[in-house]
Amino acid sequence: MPRKTMIEAIRDAMDVMMERDDNVVVFGEDVGFFGGVFRCTHGLQAKYGKTRCFDAPISEGGIVGAAIGMAAYGLKPCVEIQFADYVYPAYDQIVSEAARLRYRSNGGFTSPIVIRMPAGGGIFGGQTHSQSPEALFTHVSGLKVVVPSNPHDAKGLLIASIEDPDPVIFLEPKRLYNGPFDGHHDRPVTPWSKHELGEVPDGHYTVPLGKAIKRREGKQLTVLAYGTMVYVAEAAAEETGIDAEIIDLRTLLPLDLETIVESVTKTGRCVIVHEATLTSGFGAELAALVQQHCFYNLEAPVARVTGWDTPYPHAQEWDYFPGPARVGRAFLETLEG
Amino acid sequence: MPDDSTSEFGPLSLHVPEPAVRPGGEPDFSNVNIPEAGSVRRPPVDANPEEIRDLAFSIIRVLNRDGEAVGPWAGELTDEQLIEGLRHMMTLRTFDARMQIAQRQGKTSFYMQHLGEEAVSCAFRMALSPGDMNFPTYRQAGLLIAGGYPMVEMMCQIYSNERDPLKGRQLPIMYSSKEHGFFSISGNLATQYIQAVGWAMASAIKKDTKIAAGWIGDGSTAESDFHAALVFASTYKAPVVLNIVNNQWAISTFQGIARGGAGTFAARGLGFGMPALRVDGNDYLAVFAVAKWAIERARRNLGPTIVEYVTYRAGAHSTSDDPSAYRPKTESDAWPLGDPVMRLKNHLIGRGVWSEERHTQAEAEILDSVITAQKEAESFGTLHAGGKPSARDMFEGVYEEMPPHLRRQRQQAGV
Repeated sequence: MPRKTMIEAIRDAMDVMMERDDNVVVFGEDVGFFGGVFRCTHGLQAKYGKTRCFDAPISEGGIVGAAIGMAAYGLKPCVEIQFADYVYPAYDQIVSEAARLRYRSNGGFTSPIVIRMPAGGGIFGGQTHSQSPEALFTHVSGLKVVVPSNPHDAKGLLIASIEDPDPVIFLEPKRLYNGPFDGHHDRPVTPWSKHELGEVPDGHYTVPLGKAIKRREGKQLTVLAYGTMVYVAEAAAEETGIDAEIIDLRTLLPLDLETIVESVTKTGRCVIVHEATLTSGFGAELAALVQQHCFYNLEAPVARVTGWDTPYPHAQEWDYFPGPARVGRAFLETLEG
Repeated sequence: MPDDSTSEFGPLSLHVPEPAVRPGGEPDFSNVNIPEAGSVRRPPVDANPEEIRDLAFSIIRVLNRDGEAVGPWAGELTDEQLIEGLRHMMTLRTFDARMQIAQRQGKTSFYMQHLGEEAVSCAFRMALSPGDMNFPTYRQAGLLIAGGYPMVEMMCQIYSNERDPLKGRQLPIMYSSKEHGFFSISGNLATQYIQAVGWAMASAIKKDTKIAAGWIGDGSTAESDFHAALVFASTYKAPVVLNIVNNQWAISTFQGIARGGAGTFAARGLGFGMPALRVDGNDYLAVFAVAKWAIERARRNLGPTIVEYVTYRAGAHSTSDDPSAYRPKTESDAWPLGDPVMRLKNHLIGRGVWSEERHTQAEAEILDSVITAQKEAESFGTLHAGGKPSARDMFEGVYEEMPPHLRRQRQQAGV
């Protein structure tokens, strides 16, 4: 099976869907002729023409607002926000419009759009190219929020998102674009060509939204992670020798609560890891659900390992990033607790 | 406090614009420059926008003071069409009056009337073709009335009753009807303007023949979505008519706060190379003629047009507003462009195809039809009495398929 980078897998998903469905259109800043600053849309304009894949003005509100209008017409826009850090001008369009259109019009109009955006840190992007704003979207009724962690899932989840009848926020951990990253920034990068999840089937397939997957079987504690933190958690498990069960959530909204509850009920301990800031982060929601549904099985307090409650710093990136050492410490504390 | 010794020009001061008059003062519209009816030229539909920039600073008018239709924008509508238009405006006005009272009677929480602005949406609707799509704000119900959308449906929505087509989920008057070319009203301002452009782009992408119409008020042009809409519309030459209803007031804020230093709202289109027309919004014939011009331009793939309707919000912003707190009570009487219903009525009487008697008779018929619709709607309930949407409906339609967490919450709510 061909191995691809996450960028190629994402491009492949759009290619497959543009081929299958004339109503799929792709646009965003620099995505047309140039093919996107991360090259995710490279070649799509040449293949499908300027009216199917084109450059947009630097106006995130305009990109999403126009996409909503197109979706109301009957198209299936898959738009790119150049960095998740730039999505805020579109927040009103996402929250007040895309997310609520089906509800407020009783299904008269719907908004089947996908809003892709690179998220997360690890590339020395500073505070404007590193954020993980997922919790700002999981708080919104009517949205779906997806975070893939590897090329195989990225393609399948993106196809599922484009086919989904509701708006999907698709956060692409940019540090994973070219290879799995376990937080050891001082070590050579492992490319996806050397990882089995770099195997991306040709053609159409989906990874269903709302389904988590167990990345590592374990007995001592459950780790709830998504995106880059899946690999950080794997490294922490290896390095501490703790038999952690690692769940890659893949979709945050709707959440696969069943898989979480099944695992925590078994292990009795839970560590939640995400790059985003702590306070009111998605980990808070996970912790609340775990204590509600697994209370009588918990042997220790639910732990959270996250970015600090500061803006994402530049020079201090690796002090901020919740790397394997911090995650490993949380494993040990949770086992002692 | 700043250092007071740094500038040879003295200290700076902030300019905060004020309307010409406040409550207690004499209404003054001397700043509204109104050209003679018939005096503004009518360029060809494919005119180069650069050559018609003056139209952004004038006001296209057809009906003169004597009620005659004059000038190059006249002659678009037959007497029968005009009588129909008059009936639409009268229906909207009567509908508003009844619903305003219904709100005061506690049958709904909120209402917004169109008083003085009826011509804008009623006439515009008649220039559209089936399949075209409006992205309206909360003061364009004339698009529905003139489009034949059943008043009972509108009222059921206003009452949030058991027949509410929106299942009680949306504020009164935030209608939605795809079949009638009426996009779901948001309630957030300006968001729909760029959506209209997107819809129009989609129509062009699909090589369709339908066009879109965006709607916005004078105050909301200050939103960034307005700017985004103009950028996208002009960049992609989208088949869209971008309407600005300048009714002088954004709740209590006069239009000068949003307009800033621009001469007119229409003039905002000039920087984008778009044709920008300004029209007498209280002149049914002028509104129709300009709408037809702009719609044809869009349909001929010549791109977007911006149209500013100069009108006046004669009533309160909503049932939650009291304009006497911020503008003279007699200001609406002093509005120099008059009342759209009276002006069309007088025109038709002048043409010998209408009369006071027929008008009185039409008023009675319309009132009767509105009351009949109201009785039917009320038989399905009002906000606090009779049939209403089920609590179960609250959980439906957030997504096409209800996800597990909502199923759990619905179960928890016991509905």
